[in-house]
Amino acid sequence: MEQTPAQKPYHVTLGDVFDGPMDLLVHLVKKNDLDIYDIPIALIVDQYMAYIKLMKALSIDVAGDFLVMAATLAHIKSRMLLPVDEEQDDETEDPRMEIVRPLAEYLQIRHAAEDLTERDRLDWDVFVRSYTNGDESGGEDPEGLIQISLFELIDAFQKIIERVSPQHFVDITLNTISVKSRISEIADLLEERGSVTFEEIFEEQATKGQIIVTFLAILEMAKAQIIRVMQHVSSGIIRIFNG
Amino acid sequence: MDDLKAIVESLLFAADAPLTIEKIRSILDTPDSAAIRSVLTGLMEEYETRRRGFFLKEVAGGYQLRTRPEHREWVRRMRQSRPGRLSRAAMETLAIVAYKQPVLRSDVEHLRGVDCGGVLRNLLERGIIRVLGRKDLPGRPMLYGTTKRFLEIFDMKDLGDLPTLEDLQELGEVWPSDST
Repeated sequence: MEQTPAQKPYHVTLGDVFDGPMDLLVHLVKKNDLDIYDIPIALIVDQYMAYIKLMKALSIDVAGDFLVMAATLAHIKSRMLLPVDEEQDDETEDPRMEIVRPLAEYLQIRHAAEDLTERDRLDWDVFVRSYTNGDESGGEDPEGLIQISLFELIDAFQKIIERVSPQHFVDITLNTISVKSRISEIADLLEERGSVTFEEIFEEQATKGQIIVTFLAILEMAKAQIIRVMQHVSSGIIRIFNG
Repeated sequence: MDDLKAIVESLLFAADAPLTIEKIRSILDTPDSAAIRSVLTGLMEEYETRRRGFFLKEVAGGYQLRTRPEHREWVRRMRQSRPGRLSRAAMETLAIVAYKQPVLRSDVEHLRGVDCGGVLRNLLERGIIRVLGRKDLPGRPMLYGTTKRFLEIFDMKDLGDLPTLEDLQELGEVWPSDST
């Protein structure tokens, strides 16, 4: 008890203590162990008002809802004091019904809410298999593959082009294959095998022109997201995947 | 199909939502829903008698594999679940929507005696309730109802799984608990 929260600026709303006027009413009826169909209205009004006063004294904001209920209760109390007209007795109902009916309904809801709370709730009491939707290329790849940057791809391309024997430098076959048709060739290859290494794609490309066209085709396909270019973390092998 | 049971089990395992008999039927291309139903019942009993860590539950109109509530603490630890408990205000509001749907915000507020705008909005955002339509009244106020997600979250086959309000009152204590 050294440091109580009361030392902080004390400011709570009545809603923090009671969820609303109905809630406070239920509390009072329960505390006094009353039959809701035969509520001693004077007692309830007094206790209800005592609570409101206490809350105000503690500088707890009293929401308008609570005051409306206070007025309703006071109104019922005053009607109870009026002499009952014997002749009209059958038609005039107990003034307390104005509060009894909503109270009974509210109690039903409280029971229903409790029943819901007791159920096995998903993601709290019971769980289902979870899915991480989409996001195939991003994040961690299970096989230790990472997406590579354009620069790494160019480095790999340079290595391949260095291997081309000098006599091919003079070959003028550049226009014989277009990037477009090379794209469809690579697409066929990927459809067949699922994935190929960067090296494999250049295997049969003898001339520098063919190599350039192939490289351009890969860039085009990567841009259009037809393929994914991945590099194995440990081996450094670049692999091209379908879609 | 001899291994119908195993096939259905595979589907249940890989499904990302409760699987309806209709859906299983269309996947397997078979008209025999009675066979599927009996396989599902068989699986339910099997998991139960073998005390598996999961069980098959009929929920939100379909069937779904779920972990046993007894193991909640362990799965929560793995999932690092934060107590996503709904407040009592939210539970009361939800109960009103569930039982009285289609229901107006003003009806909910009348029953609870407090403003419920914030709570309703929160339930809407979480996909637990939805707007069913608008009532033909001045201002065309919105009518709320529960979603399929509600059934999934609260472990119900359909809304018929809700006990009647009268039953609840008879079964429960005279007074609902005061705990907040």
